[in-house]
Amino acid sequence: MTASGDSFRRSRDVTFGNLHSFHGGLKLPGHREITANRPICNAGIPPLLSIPLQQHIGDPAECLVRPGDTVYKGQIIARAPGAFSVPVHASSSGTVIAVEERLVPHPSCIKEKCIVIETDGLDRVADEQPVAIDYLQTEPEKICELVQQAGIVGMGGAGFPTRIKLCNRKQHIELLLINAVECEPYISCDNRLMQERAAEVIEGVRIMRHGIQPDACIIAIEDNMHAAEQALRTALEAASETGITIIRVPEIYPSGGERQLIRILTGREVPGKGFPADMGIVCQNVGTATAVYHAVAKRQPLISRIVTVTGEGIVQPQNFECLLGTPVSHLVAAAGGYTSGIERLLIGGPMMGYAVPSDNIPVIKTTNCVLAVSREEMPAPPPAQPCIRCGKCTDVCPADLLPQQLYWYARSNNYDAAQDYNLFDCIECGCCAYVCPSHIPLVQYYRHAKTEIWTQEAQKKAADIARKRHESRLARLERIKQQRADRMARKKQALSGDNGSKDAKKMAIQAALDRVKQKKEQASSTPKNIDNLTAEQQRMIAEADERRRNRQPGSDN
Amino acid sequence: MQFKTYSSPHLPVNDSVSVMMLRVLLALIPGTVCAFWIFGWGVLFNILIAVVTSLLAEAAVLKLRGRTALSGLLDGSALVTAVLLALALPPLTPWWIPVIGSLFAIVIAKQLYGGLGYNPFNPAMAGYVVLLISFPLELTLWSAPGAHPGFVDTLSLVTTGNLPAGQSLDALTMATPMDSIKTRLGLSETLSEIHASPLFGSFAGAGWEWINLWFLLGGLWLMQMKVIQWQIPTGMLGGLAVIAFVFYAVNPDIYSTPLFHIFSGAAMLGAFFIATDPVSASTTPHGRIYYGIGIGVLTYIIRTWGGYPDGVAFAVLLMNLAAPTIDYYTRPRVFGQGDEDSP
Repeated sequence: MTASGDSFRRSRDVTFGNLHSFHGGLKLPGHREITANRPICNAGIPPLLSIPLQQHIGDPAECLVRPGDTVYKGQIIARAPGAFSVPVHASSSGTVIAVEERLVPHPSCIKEKCIVIETDGLDRVADEQPVAIDYLQTEPEKICELVQQAGIVGMGGAGFPTRIKLCNRKQHIELLLINAVECEPYISCDNRLMQERAAEVIEGVRIMRHGIQPDACIIAIEDNMHAAEQALRTALEAASETGITIIRVPEIYPSGGERQLIRILTGREVPGKGFPADMGIVCQNVGTATAVYHAVAKRQPLISRIVTVTGEGIVQPQNFECLLGTPVSHLVAAAGGYTSGIERLLIGGPMMGYAVPSDNIPVIKTTNCVLAVSREEMPAPPPAQPCIRCGKCTDVCPADLLPQQLYWYARSNNYDAAQDYNLFDCIECGCCAYVCPSHIPLVQYYRHAKTEIWTQEAQKKAADIARKRHESRLARLERIKQQRADRMARKKQALSGDNGSKDAKKMAIQAALDRVKQKKEQASSTPKNIDNLTAEQQRMIAEADERRRNRQPGSDN
Repeated sequence: MQFKTYSSPHLPVNDSVSVMMLRVLLALIPGTVCAFWIFGWGVLFNILIAVVTSLLAEAAVLKLRGRTALSGLLDGSALVTAVLLALALPPLTPWWIPVIGSLFAIVIAKQLYGGLGYNPFNPAMAGYVVLLISFPLELTLWSAPGAHPGFVDTLSLVTTGNLPAGQSLDALTMATPMDSIKTRLGLSETLSEIHASPLFGSFAGAGWEWINLWFLLGGLWLMQMKVIQWQIPTGMLGGLAVIAFVFYAVNPDIYSTPLFHIFSGAAMLGAFFIATDPVSASTTPHGRIYYGIGIGVLTYIIRTWGGYPDGVAFAVLLMNLAAPTIDYYTRPRVFGQGDEDSP
């Protein structure tokens, strides 16, 4: 630990290992043993890859390829249009067969633009490969650039572009916090990653630390991940790394939430509208750390990730290393297919994941789990009953909200009151709905209310713009009218003034007459269209006149 | 393949309103058995009549409202209301008392406000207070502790009003301990003189102290099962005990001990089973404490200076009125807002 790291400890009165707790939370059944003890398996190259342009928070990437193009593994196929975006790479070699709207992993199951690649199964890479570098000799800015070029986003689930977190130069970062707390049931991809590739994780953390230059660096791990923790410690020892501390945190859902984890470790709370960086803390997932290692040390872009495929609906639950864009159906087939009891397919964990109607969707950068559950495992939710205000939801809410009040206001469309009760501090962890004895889908109500409020705000903004435009138009017309009136008034005054007015009048009249005369002269001097005619044209005019004259008497008859 | 989609979270819940209500009923059993032991068959008759009336009334109103009566009945809330109301009634009261009380509780206090989850007042207490105000005489028909008439005699008394041969109503019934304190303090007797009467036991009313003790045990179990939270019972009993202690310290001749107060009348039943009715109570963690204290203090005030011997029912209804305001002013500090409690 550096001297400044010690000061961080003292100044914040934080003694690592002396943990804090957050309000609420749940002890959930783990269901992780099924996959946590089996090795990561490679899912192989699927015949078709469907790679969405948006796999992250921010602006979608801009497509650089056209149908028919041949792409190499790792080639950039869509570029980031701005700072708040990341590029997308081809996960394997093959031919682009379409750039079209396809189903993507999304809570609302929408279609978004995807680059569809027919793979050739050869995994060919471009001839020119970048040279691996020694990150310790590299400028932090260069590391950020490499991370951005590799298309890395937070792989814990949010998909926030990692570069933005790594290259925050506005605030001195005191603590780099590596989140290895996989608190949702069933998911074990980070756990397996640490067990099998601890050295890569540690190298990734060291690179990020080099990029951020924090005072202290902590890896927070769940207290039941013994094998993973041991692997990390061994890797730390092997690397003779002493500046990274591993801290066990209790297994309470949602301790893996960024804000909850920061609270556990430091006792400090990130304000609802703020970011951890405002407090000098950067939080990164272990999967992201590994991606950073590959991007910087090996110069490989983010084209694959580890996904837990599990649930009673899966024949052989296991963790898979799979290419981004791999269809979920391919992944499920690699895991032995569905069992007969399959009823629900979830992307993500059972608390915050979403159910999708089809498995024809790709794995993206943020997909950590494919959970196929049977009816017995997760029966259809019983019908909701009235809220009896028992307050169990309040007792478990990690954001210290009053879910029963939020429900009341969300249900009655009283969005002002819902916001007054801090609706937007809800992290949608699902604890409230899990304990609700009335089986009310509380999170659904909150999501609906949030969406409604966003829509209303957008509409209000649009209406404001329209109103402003209208008002400024009226003001402009008024101004023009006023200017005209002023001009008239000035003219009038000039014409009817008492001092030397007659001379002025005369002069004005004279000037006007002069102008008229000038105009007349100009008119007479300008050529008419019957001047300068050719002989032929004059003859034709004469003939026409003749005809007219001849017809005149006839018409009188 | 098409999969079913539901909203998150997906993990199955294992709690339900019916289970909660069932646990409340289970927790009432020890106190009820004790009340039966001390006051006889009338206790069970009251419960039976109130339950049947409540369930019929609930089913009828639900049907009128176009709801499925069965699921409404299965939530068990009407059952709990009926039992709580019945436990508040004197054992020798005529059959139509629990009928009227239950009808008012279910039809007016609960369903007319929108049914389960929407009633601003505790239905059982609303029903009880209506009876107390309208039929004060019938609500004094408590039998002497341990000296209750038999099954047949009680049945005929409750259903027809016919007294057992050779007995007068005055001989069968007896003032409750708190009633007698109120009356005799008015006759300028001191508490020590009053407590010499056989109506009183070791620290509170004879029999009543046991009933309260068993309700306390049931209530603690409910707390253990997390059906109720600690704030309301603690607030109510604490508020009651503290104010009782203050006045007892000032003048022990006319003010009863805190122990007497928390083990008398409906104190324990009120603290663990009535004040904790979640629908009409305060719902914020701090608000529940204030709500409980309010009930405790009001109970003491009504008991000591009011016109009725016990004040739990009125105190609960008054605090029901205050619950929304309490909730508004006791909202918890939201995560990340304001002062953080760093070490």
